[in-house]
Amino acid sequence: MTTAPAPTLPPVTAARRPARSRSLRPWYRNGPLVAGIVIVGGLILVAIFAPLITPYSPTTQNLTDVLQGPSGAHWLGTDQFGRDVFTRLVWSTRVDLRIGFIAVLIPFVVGSILGGLAGYFGGWLDLIVMRLVDIFFAFPFYVMVIALVFVLGAGETSIYLAIATVSWVSYAKIVRGEVLVAKQQDYVMAARLGGFSHLRVLARHIGPNVLSQAIIYAMSDIVQDIMAIVTLGYLGLGIAPPTAEWGSMISQGQQFITTQWEQATIPGLAVVVTSLGLSWLGDGLSDLLSPDRRK
Amino acid sequence: MTDVTAQPEATGQQAVLRVANISKEYQLGHGLFSRFGGAQKTSLKALDGVDLELRRGEVLALVGESGSGKSTLAKILVGALNPTGGEIHELGLADGAGRRERARRVQMVFQDPYSSLNPRISVGSMLAGLLRLHRVVPAGEVRAESIRLLNRVGLQEDALSAYPSQFSGGQRQRLAIARALAVRPDVLVADEPVSALDVSVQATILELFRSLQDELGLSILFVAHNLAVVQHLSQRVAVMYLGRIVETAETAEIFSNPRHPYTRALIDSIPRMSADSVTDQFEVEGEPPSPINVPSGCRFHPRCPVAVDRCRTEDPGLSPVGPGHASACLLAAELPAYRGGPELKEEQ
Amino acid sequence: MTETPLLSVRNLSLGVQRKGRATTVIVDDISFDVAEGERFGIVGESGSGKSLTLRAIANLLPAGVKVLSGTIAYRGQDLQTMPAKSRRRLAGQEIAMIFQEPMTALNPVMRVGEQIAESPRRNLGLSKSAAMDLAIDMMRKTGIPDPAHRARAYPHELSGGLRQRIMIAMALSCSPRLLLCDEPTTALDVTVQLQVLRLLEQLCEDTETALVFVTHDLGVVNQTCRELGVMYAGEIVERGRVKDVFADPRHPYTKGLLDSAPDFDQPDRELIAIAGFPPNLADRPDGCPFQPRCSFAVERCATSRPRLEPVLPVLPGREAACFETARIFQGATA
Repeated sequence: MTTAPAPTLPPVTAARRPARSRSLRPWYRNGPLVAGIVIVGGLILVAIFAPLITPYSPTTQNLTDVLQGPSGAHWLGTDQFGRDVFTRLVWSTRVDLRIGFIAVLIPFVVGSILGGLAGYFGGWLDLIVMRLVDIFFAFPFYVMVIALVFVLGAGETSIYLAIATVSWVSYAKIVRGEVLVAKQQDYVMAARLGGFSHLRVLARHIGPNVLSQAIIYAMSDIVQDIMAIVTLGYLGLGIAPPTAEWGSMISQGQQFITTQWEQATIPGLAVVVTSLGLSWLGDGLSDLLSPDRRK
Repeated sequence: MTDVTAQPEATGQQAVLRVANISKEYQLGHGLFSRFGGAQKTSLKALDGVDLELRRGEVLALVGESGSGKSTLAKILVGALNPTGGEIHELGLADGAGRRERARRVQMVFQDPYSSLNPRISVGSMLAGLLRLHRVVPAGEVRAESIRLLNRVGLQEDALSAYPSQFSGGQRQRLAIARALAVRPDVLVADEPVSALDVSVQATILELFRSLQDELGLSILFVAHNLAVVQHLSQRVAVMYLGRIVETAETAEIFSNPRHPYTRALIDSIPRMSADSVTDQFEVEGEPPSPINVPSGCRFHPRCPVAVDRCRTEDPGLSPVGPGHASACLLAAELPAYRGGPELKEEQ
Repeated sequence: MTETPLLSVRNLSLGVQRKGRATTVIVDDISFDVAEGERFGIVGESGSGKSLTLRAIANLLPAGVKVLSGTIAYRGQDLQTMPAKSRRRLAGQEIAMIFQEPMTALNPVMRVGEQIAESPRRNLGLSKSAAMDLAIDMMRKTGIPDPAHRARAYPHELSGGLRQRIMIAMALSCSPRLLLCDEPTTALDVTVQLQVLRLLEQLCEDTETALVFVTHDLGVVNQTCRELGVMYAGEIVERGRVKDVFADPRHPYTKGLLDSAPDFDQPDRELIAIAGFPPNLADRPDGCPFQPRCSFAVERCATSRPRLEPVLPVLPGREAACFETARIFQGATA
């Protein structure tokens, strides 16, 4: 192959450098991620298809069949109102998962926006937001949530409000920190120099680079929120009966712990499995998202 | 301070960018700097009265070490930083023109190819975003224009769907240059664009700049610390020290006949590839001082091997020492002839 | 040459071994000698393996990178087969290293005087005050003004050039016989770089310390070193005296490097870039590593790997790893 003595730009072919520098394992080899996807995916499917896989109604009482032990007709027996425990368990998935996801979404959005604006613009906006964060951060999570729900009255909306009020601060802190770092990158200055407005730079150029940490945090936050919902349910401050919900199931079932232990423990196990699945999913996502951040 | 560089020469070149008496001062807090003893300085003057002019179609090199203020000046020229004093004249741009207008005229290429491209935005999106924002071409031609830009810097169409992490350092710089060219600027400010690249890759980027200058008539302000690179690419050189320009001249002239001791020291410190160890005439002691503690009088005098008493008290400005050649040294006319210039050999 | 060379690297290969995957070879079968008081430069770009070679000698390889094969012999003794304790002692007393980034090489919470004094105390058994005196003396030798006072400073209080001098003082405090330098001036301003290089030159001459100097800057290697090895993709592709190699390169990569670097003394020479891409170490081709980019390559170059062979005219240590070197460069010398 002879080359003309002075090609000023060497011919650049389509053969670029191979894949990005990141964890060399493809996603499907990432154990926790796969396990997380399977579990959470399974739970979501269970929630969606609840009516199809459960023969009974979760709320209709049947006082002739109270407190039956596990049998062919009732896999996990019945509770003190004659309702099929298995059906209620399955239908609770809907409630707890839905509330968990929504409860995490609100503080995620609110906190990220506030934190992002504070970090990007700095100045008095940053000062105000951070003082707010400091104030809210000082309160213990459960104390605040329980107190707020108590004041607002039990129910789904109260739960959302209570959790959002307390949780937004973490997202604000995380996103603010990430934005402060991202702001220093040359590509942000390049975007500004390109003529883009502040808002566009924040949303389109900085946003995708900083949200991954918030998303990873959100994964563990869902777990915390589901625990909170379950706890509230256990304390009688959660979703009003007769809606099936794991927390209230545990609370109801605890009186029968000596005779029908499955009524209290199986919902508890369901919570554990859900938390585990979400944690693994979060871990797996963290592997996937983090190394990309550098380059 | 006489503004000698403002008169375009008989070459007929006009200025595209001119700054006058630019200064940039940062206010500092206390405490951290109490170590510096003596009078407690509370401000840092990164730039202290800089006049500069970039002419159409030329490559002007801005050279200096740490603390010289060259990067600060580059950012001010691009509009990323506001000066605390002085004026910027962008000839051809209305006063009070918006940021977007400015963006079309002056663009920047950054030093670090690994942080100057957004890792989450594909090459195609990056170019299209700019083309659309400034309506450089009609919407239907955006893709074609993007491909044209890529080809201009030596890359192919398949780069459009790729992300920056898939490219090497040299390729990323090309992408950065393509991005800068997208809005069809008149001026390119390049802040040490090849410093982070391997030697053999530098050549491609330098040649790219040269071809852009030739073919597009771009005016380029090239900030550098590597004088060999500067010598190769630029037509004029401005040397900066501690927030001031201390010498400007055409490239060949400044390397064969430098008239400021600092310039001589800089040239002497270039590690040579073919000559033997450099001449010992102007070895400076010590380090570039911090801009927090600017020496009195001529700011170079503590390190200057030929400083006299006058230098401690008088703060010289740029004065002409020859056609197109200005120096801020009180003794410029009395410096001995320079022997450290390039040893030009006959070609084999 | 009947003397045992101070340092003798033979068939050294470094790489990363992963379970269930092919080993990635980063440095592939290199050999070179360094005599007492010699100044040997290793030139290469990123991915050439030059820094790792140095770290292998200093026993500072990063996690995951291992010596796959070969020997590193100091005064005839293989460093790798020595007991760890002896190697450490030997390294402490006779081999020293300075790095590119002084800020990361210095302990931020320890005063610099103490850091310099640490090695003599440990390796030479000096008392605390004797070691501190030595440290201050070393600081003076490296041109640090007001050393007694500066010794009490912390690294972040000093400028880059001063920190580099501290590092040199640390390295030379035990009068090592071999000094390994990993791009020590790349992060410095040019005027400071000149001072530091001069300092290194002078100190090494005074103490007859041998130098292995890794850099990518051709000008620096020309000024600082006498002998040179050019590395590409983990192999040494050319070797010889710096002046000979620069005046008359015998490997296409060396020539490409020289042609692409701006030479201050030839401002009008056009820069000719090297075609193609840097090598992908995970996917080593058979044959010459430079072949994909070489405009002189022939069929043989793609299938078999050239070894370092002496070139004509025969000069000690003058070798190139290229099958076609005679054809390509014939006529370059009378």
